[in-house]
Amino acid sequence: MTAYIGKRLLAAIPVILGLSVIVFLVMKLIPGDPAQALLGSYATPENVARINRALGLDRSWPEQYVIWVGNLLQGDFGRSYILNRPVLDEVIERFGATLILAGASLVICSVVGILAGIASAVRQFGWTDRIVTFFVLVGISMPAFFLGLVFILFFAVQWRLLPASGMYAVYGGGDLADLLRHLILPAGTLAIVATGVVARLTRAAMLEVLRQDFIRTARAMGLSENAVIYRHAFRAALVSVIPVLGIQAGFVLGGAVYIETVFQWPGLGQMLVKAVSTRDLLLVQGGVLVAATVYVLVNLLADVAQAMLDPRLKA
Amino acid sequence: MTQSVTTPPSSSKRRSNWQLLMANRLAAAGLFIFGFILVVAILAPLLPMPDPNMTDQPNRLLPPLSQGHLLGTDHLGRDILSRLIWGTQISLIVGVSATALAALFGSLIGLVAGYARGVADSVLMRFVDMLMAFPYILLAIAIVAALGPGLLNALYAIALVNIPFFARNIRGVTVSIRNREFVDAARLSGKGHVAILFTEVLPNVLPVVVITMSTTVGWMILETAGLSFLGLGAQPPTADLGSMLGQARAQLFTAPHASIIPGLMIFALVMSINLLGDGIRDVLDPRLRSGALDRPLSVTRIERKNTPAASLADAPVLVVEHLSTGFANGGAVTPAVRDVSFRLGKGECLGIIGESGSGKSVTALSLMGLVASPPGVITGGAVYIGGQDVLALRQQELIALRGARVTYVFQDPLTTLHPLFPVATQIAEAVMAHNHVGKREAHQRALELMETVGIRDAAERASAYPHELSGGQRQRIGIAMALANDPDIIIADEPTTALDVTVQARILELLQNLRRERGLALLLITHDFGVVAQVCDRVAVMKDGQIVEQGDTASILRDPQHDYTRRLIACVPELGEGHAFLDRVRPLFEETRP
Repeated sequence: MTAYIGKRLLAAIPVILGLSVIVFLVMKLIPGDPAQALLGSYATPENVARINRALGLDRSWPEQYVIWVGNLLQGDFGRSYILNRPVLDEVIERFGATLILAGASLVICSVVGILAGIASAVRQFGWTDRIVTFFVLVGISMPAFFLGLVFILFFAVQWRLLPASGMYAVYGGGDLADLLRHLILPAGTLAIVATGVVARLTRAAMLEVLRQDFIRTARAMGLSENAVIYRHAFRAALVSVIPVLGIQAGFVLGGAVYIETVFQWPGLGQMLVKAVSTRDLLLVQGGVLVAATVYVLVNLLADVAQAMLDPRLKA
Repeated sequence: MTQSVTTPPSSSKRRSNWQLLMANRLAAAGLFIFGFILVVAILAPLLPMPDPNMTDQPNRLLPPLSQGHLLGTDHLGRDILSRLIWGTQISLIVGVSATALAALFGSLIGLVAGYARGVADSVLMRFVDMLMAFPYILLAIAIVAALGPGLLNALYAIALVNIPFFARNIRGVTVSIRNREFVDAARLSGKGHVAILFTEVLPNVLPVVVITMSTTVGWMILETAGLSFLGLGAQPPTADLGSMLGQARAQLFTAPHASIIPGLMIFALVMSINLLGDGIRDVLDPRLRSGALDRPLSVTRIERKNTPAASLADAPVLVVEHLSTGFANGGAVTPAVRDVSFRLGKGECLGIIGESGSGKSVTALSLMGLVASPPGVITGGAVYIGGQDVLALRQQELIALRGARVTYVFQDPLTTLHPLFPVATQIAEAVMAHNHVGKREAHQRALELMETVGIRDAAERASAYPHELSGGQRQRIGIAMALANDPDIIIADEPTTALDVTVQARILELLQNLRRERGLALLLITHDFGVVAQVCDRVAVMKDGQIVEQGDTASILRDPQHDYTRRLIACVPELGEGHAFLDRVRPLFEETRP
């Protein structure tokens, strides 16, 4: 197992390097000459050349990339010129809040999605299946940012059950119970789409597995239908559901951008949206890189979990 | 041959794709709603509506159903209905354009990578993998950050992050098409690579492009609306559905209708597209059509027209009478086993022999209701085990007999053993299914059974997974599972077909010994008369779902009555026979060819 994890870790390195190349190239898409933009009306040719040299922009792209990655590896993601603080400090601070939100959503979508998917497969074409299929369809067609607003209208304004925004109450909050109260609406909203996808794929995986020969063997053993479904079929279906959960981690990390904006959740997504509108590019770059790297590592975890479930994959 | 070959009644008329789509009520509803939205959005310039950007401060935030404003007005007094229709038009144009762009570039990448293979394939697909390594929307945000907020930039960003879905799907199909004969033919006829790609490969890939588009367009409309909602897409005064919602958010508490109306519109639009997309996919996916993905029941559906006697007095262990099993296909049932009868006594071995598709496996599986259903259905006859018709039992009672009195050994133990459980655990589970014993005791019993079936280092092998064992050892595990509860009858369905000849002989010897020692009745399904001659006391020959000849193995081998039996017997080659074998067999088969 250790060897397998090591192998997967090594394989993740080129992926993360690739991410950095793409982020680097995206930043090169910026129209216009950065020196010109910085200097404005002071942009004499001599000044432009001086700034370009100072920023290293007179070097070739590969050289620029190597220098940039070197800085990243030393923890130097640059400074946010709007916030006037190091990018990395801001990103790490914000990312904690996003991890709480996205993590809670991932738990919700895994548990609810898998249970709904199994129930729906077991009672295929029955009422349970129809209801689950209906909710799945609504879930994957519903704009999460709209659903969030509707939830705020009902749960926070109409019924006054839950807070509408923020992570902690302004006065007297700060404990775990307070955090959970603030977490329910945004995490629930964020989980809707992912839950639909997980339920749909779990259902498909279960139906696929229930047709396999080894299920017939389990039946021929005289096992009860429950043992056949929940022990034999589910265990095999889980192997193909795990990578789907890994992909959902990416969807909740990305979807957090909307949800954090709607619910004023002080996370990375909210920071990114603000940074884009103020064109604080170094902050965008740092935030996207860190989130993408974490996503790669989550998928690595999913790979390892899959290999632990399925001994055939370790070979 | 005079033997009548039965063709299943082609009762189900083949329906066109369009009819199938319309028969799916949800897809039809999706098409209707989407069509309506599309027509209204296209006709926007012709409809008698106020200018969507005309502000009217005194009449701001009017509720729906106000005079002159059916859906009310927004925070600047603009007519919401008018803005909704124009906004829908923009959202549709942007969403469809993004889909078209993603489809164009994604398909190109997929076509080139799949057709060229080699270095080009690796480079392109690694690039696509990198795009997929980003949490979906974050890359789009980075791109908008670089290019600056705006509808067109949002469109490019959404198109780019969706390229991988197309590239991967199209590459997969292209790889399978490039090696087909018609592509080789085009190459030999001197066509260039570009010409082959666009005239031979592309037309065959197009359906996949269409399916991928129909399943992603709703998603892309949702995502562009999302970017606009965040203020990164459409910029004022232009408004798509997302930016309408984003701007109305500030008045959420005082005028919720201004947020809810565009939100519901996005939902209705995306939902209708998803309904339609699912419908199209279902129609084009042959597996869904055939019911191959229907959940099989725990016991085969039993629909017997007449009820045979529920029990037989002094019957042998197994009596099968007039058994008929078929496969439901629409309203009709295609028969697979027709009116099959045989008997099997204690300690006896009956072979059922026939070619693939002759119905011998379906017969074997029918005995314990193990034919997958749907589509399987037992249409008649009775199966008496110990004189009791098991097809008349309640499901739970039938399930209780499985693995206890009647057990199975299946053909390919690599697919018939659970791939994720250690072998001893699987045997122990078979033990526990019918005995109230603890885990430890069951495990102990499993080890003993493994030794019984000739696995020497049982304790060591106990924790192995099926894929870690050889074919012969796997089949021994299968037999150990079958022996777990001292059954009366073992039904072995081609137990040696997946094994090589020397292993085959040892497995047959094992079954033979067990039968003698334990007085087991053995029903052996095979296509090999060599096996029958070696093991079986009696043999039944099956063809086209019927038993054409039945009797003592020795007398049938000596004097086969049926042509088909003669041919099956002739198919067993003798060692050192050489070409003489082919000369001997050829005339027997020539008459069947047209």
